[in-house]
Amino acid sequence: MSGRLVLAACLWLAVGAPALAAHAAVDAAAKPGQIEIHNFMFMPKTLTVPVGAKVTWINRDEEPHIVVSANGQFAPSKALDTGDRYVTIFSKPGTYTYYCTVHPFMTGTVIVK
Amino acid sequence: MQDEHDNRTMGRRDFMKCMAWAGTGTLLLMKGGVLHARTLGAAAGAEAKDATFSFAQVSDSHIGFHLAPNPDPAATFRAALAQVDALPVRPDFVLHTGDLTHLSRPDQFATVQGLMQESRAGKGKVLYVPGEHDVIGDNGAEFFRRFGERQHDGGWYSFDHRGVHFVGLINVLNLKAGGLGYLGAEQLAWLKQDLAPLSAETPVLVFAHMPMWSLYPQWGWGTDDSAEAMGYLRRFGSVSVLNGHIHQIQQKVEGNITFHTARSTAYPQPAPGAGPVPGPLKSVTPDRLRSYLGIRSVRHVQGKDALAVTEEAMA
Repeated sequence: MSGRLVLAACLWLAVGAPALAAHAAVDAAAKPGQIEIHNFMFMPKTLTVPVGAKVTWINRDEEPHIVVSANGQFAPSKALDTGDRYVTIFSKPGTYTYYCTVHPFMTGTVIVK
Repeated sequence: MQDEHDNRTMGRRDFMKCMAWAGTGTLLLMKGGVLHARTLGAAAGAEAKDATFSFAQVSDSHIGFHLAPNPDPAATFRAALAQVDALPVRPDFVLHTGDLTHLSRPDQFATVQGLMQESRAGKGKVLYVPGEHDVIGDNGAEFFRRFGERQHDGGWYSFDHRGVHFVGLINVLNLKAGGLGYLGAEQLAWLKQDLAPLSAETPVLVFAHMPMWSLYPQWGWGTDDSAEAMGYLRRFGSVSVLNGHIHQIQQKVEGNITFHTARSTAYPQPAPGAGPVPGPLKSVTPDRLRSYLGIRSVRHVQGKDALAVTEEAMA
């Protein structure tokens, strides 16, 4: 095995494999414009999208969550039960901080460029 | 909690923390700010007999929840109210410390009202404070319309009952991103004014949904500005603080202030930090579920500043 291949394998074991093992939600969150709510966290915690992008939140928890802009920059979602989605379109560039008012320790950011 | 705690050796600023979140009921006697706990039994029952009045606490009924470990929280709430109805001494009133519903939906609130009407205790005097699950989307408008006491616009209230001053606080509104429960300046100013005319000998009982101390801030289990409220309460000889929210029993004594959190009537949550998240304990099997759920009754003995707090699991 060449040195490069060994390095690649080590990197896969160190980073890739545990991430894959953690849960499939990580893969789903990699979809552009999609934020998974899982284990009381917004994932990714910071999402960067182009102007005009549609962003979708999906609640994967048994607990209800809600998406609320910290300073009223976009309309809040309704209470999202398990499996519910919330979609909003970001038409202006900026940094949008949001949180779950049911569990205010859950915070996230959408950066629109 | 299985043992009797004796903290005579602890100083006023010391605190004691213990936990009971499953298993048999517990009788808690508070005397001058010192908590004594006994498992329920003949001796504990005899101590409770000379009570001049009692009331029951139910909490976190989460009507609308429909997943493991409890797909039918209406049935367990009904059972909890039946347990209150079966108490040997009829309680003067019932206290519901919030999260009546899971999603603040009108049909869920209506179910709570219907279940209350099925119960003798529920048809009587019931006092409520909202949980964060009861104020989603409308800042509690529907909750307050159906269950509010309407003493103040903010929803908080107080009343005197047979020598004990009761205060219902709201700590689930205007929550800040990254924060915990929140009382706010207006409510704190009202509390200060409300308590001002009372003598230090008056037993005070405060109830709110979220814990009024930093129980486990990582999971949001606390109230950002509770220390200011405690500052107003510290001069009293006997203060009891009842909360819900964390779906398990936790106690703490700080000076003359004793904090108690209650079981849920719907589903248990993990002990602080035991697990990744504060969600439902899904691993609880149906045959074990009711041992994690329960009600609380509180008895007051006239002429003493102690309140006796009794826990009863549902099974």
